Amino acid sequence: MSLDAAMPRASAPAILPGSGGLRGALSDLFWRKPKVLLLLMLLPPVLWLGIVYIGSLFALLAQSFFSIDEYSGLINRQFTLKTYGDLLQAANLDIILRTVTMAALVTLASAIIAFPIAYYAARYARGRWKALFYLGIMLPLWSSYLVKIYAWKLILAKEGILTWLFGKLHLQWLIDAWLSLPVVGGNSLSVSFTGTFIVFVYVWLPFMILPVQAALERVPGNLVEASSDLGASPGQTFRNVLFPLALPGIVAGSIFTFSLTLGDYIIPQIIGTSRLFIGQAVYSQQGTAGNIPLAAAFTVVPIVIMGFYLWGAKRMGAFDAL
Amino acid sequence: MTSAVSFQKVSRHFGSVRAVDAVDLDIVPGEFFAMLGPSGSGKTTCLRLIAGFEQPTSGSISIFGERAEGVPPYRRNVNTVFQDYALFPHLNVLDNVAYGLMVKGVGKPERHKAAEEALSLVRLPGYGARRPGQLSGGQRQRVALARALVNQPKVLLLDEPLGALDLKLRENMQEELKSLQKALGITFVFVTHDQGEALSMADRVAVFNDGKIMQIGTPEDIYQRPKTRFVADFVGSSNVLPPDFVQLYSGQHRWGSLRPESIRVGRAASGEGVSARLVSTNYLGATTKLALDADGLRLHAIVPAGTALPVEGEAVVLTFNREHLHLMDEPA
Repeated sequence: MSLDAAMPRASAPAILPGSGGLRGALSDLFWRKPKVLLLLMLLPPVLWLGIVYIGSLFALLAQSFFSIDEYSGLINRQFTLKTYGDLLQAANLDIILRTVTMAALVTLASAIIAFPIAYYAARYARGRWKALFYLGIMLPLWSSYLVKIYAWKLILAKEGILTWLFGKLHLQWLIDAWLSLPVVGGNSLSVSFTGTFIVFVYVWLPFMILPVQAALERVPGNLVEASSDLGASPGQTFRNVLFPLALPGIVAGSIFTFSLTLGDYIIPQIIGTSRLFIGQAVYSQQGTAGNIPLAAAFTVVPIVIMGFYLWGAKRMGAFDAL
Repeated sequence: MTSAVSFQKVSRHFGSVRAVDAVDLDIVPGEFFAMLGPSGSGKTTCLRLIAGFEQPTSGSISIFGERAEGVPPYRRNVNTVFQDYALFPHLNVLDNVAYGLMVKGVGKPERHKAAEEALSLVRLPGYGARRPGQLSGGQRQRVALARALVNQPKVLLLDEPLGALDLKLRENMQEELKSLQKALGITFVFVTHDQGEALSMADRVAVFNDGKIMQIGTPEDIYQRPKTRFVADFVGSSNVLPPDFVQLYSGQHRWGSLRPESIRVGRAASGEGVSARLVSTNYLGATTKLALDADGLRLHAIVPAGTALPVEGEAVVLTFNREHLHLMDEPA
């Protein structure tokens, strides 16, 4: 019978001998004490993260409590809050306010645009369409960030394709009217805050779509049916079921879009006005100005803002559905 | 009298699959109606057609005399208890139960009071503050029931609501559902693949197969007088007897059915009857199920526990009362 071949013979021992050697001893040790293996696996990344990453962050934090001697340009390594005082100057507050407003608007717009795309992908896209969705979302992330931004500069320029398209549609007046508005307007889209906003939304959108899609994917379809069955119109189902359950994903995505916008210095440099954002301020303070303490203090701002943002999101119950 | 739910030549096709195929159905107001069938037989699609999650490809559906085609689920006074309960994970039990009233604009104190009452009805008073994730399967099932009942639906649909519960709990819930239905007088439409459940709970049963209704009748009708081989086999695993065999005992060349409990098993020497061989015995507690081989025809018999049994492989003689041999409509 063929079964016999697979069955242990009567003479086979019930417990097999150890394979011996260092390898065998290690295998047995890891099986008996799984925590040893865990420790060995985690040690290198924890050391890296702890020393190199957190360490440099603390070095930065420490720098922000130093000050610069305005005459000699030398750094005075004595604990002071003077640099943070400088941060509160009107010009610097302007930079902070401008950046935070931009980050908030970019986040809001990303969430609004991302939701229907993520919803389609989570609910309806199957097989080939799902692959196409992931490709469409990820493809822009594979190409160089700078190339994309310069491409947008061409699109948004005065002689660019967008102006041309609006002209063909006899809608040139719409662009002109928008550009004549204060603050958001300018000479052309590529040198206005509107342009900066558009490019920010374009570049960070995938970071909003993916977490929202993941959150919606975890919402069982029958919850939507149950809501409808209990008398909720599609709008009520969205407000009472879909949105609260997608909220952790939206918050996760907004952490990306918000913090990435807070820290970016390349997009506003290439597309937008000459008025600075936090990232540009950090760049110029630690570069040309050589004011490392102020650059460090500027860097602390997004960290503190994100801290408050997460604290507020948690208090509002954004993570309750997790 | 208008039917609670009425199907006229209702079909629902998914591509080339005829999930529901020209079904006619009338459910009487206030009855406990069961849709019984194997998976893929179209019973759940029928339930979804009543709820409004599916629209018929052809035919017409009316609920208490009103046409229901094209009416979305949220405009039907029909509520569903879902197979896996579909409780909202981000709401506590009380808000889950009060959901239907909330979307209708009932004020908070009023809807919470109604939800509390519904929770008492399903014997879960004081559970309102918990999250669905903190409840056992049986408790979630009761919450789903309370959430549907609080809306006082005209028809309550139950999609295999007891499938995920263990045996003991399932038996308790069967009794509770039945008494709840009697007390409330609401029409219950119950989908199940468990024939025991359908027979013990329902006033009437529709047996589904391949998108069609094979037979509609009282549990006794279905069990004692199956019309087709499928019904005989599916409901209570009756012995299906081929026309040649039936002819010997009834004189008619038709398919027949014989309940396992109608067969008496005697020793080979005990007299006349169908001679057979005992293949195996299967102890079921109160009864013992015997598998028998009567010259190539596989038969099952159920005898009370404690009956003196022949050993496996022994020759036996089978006898039965000819009145118990039921002739089916199905052509030979």
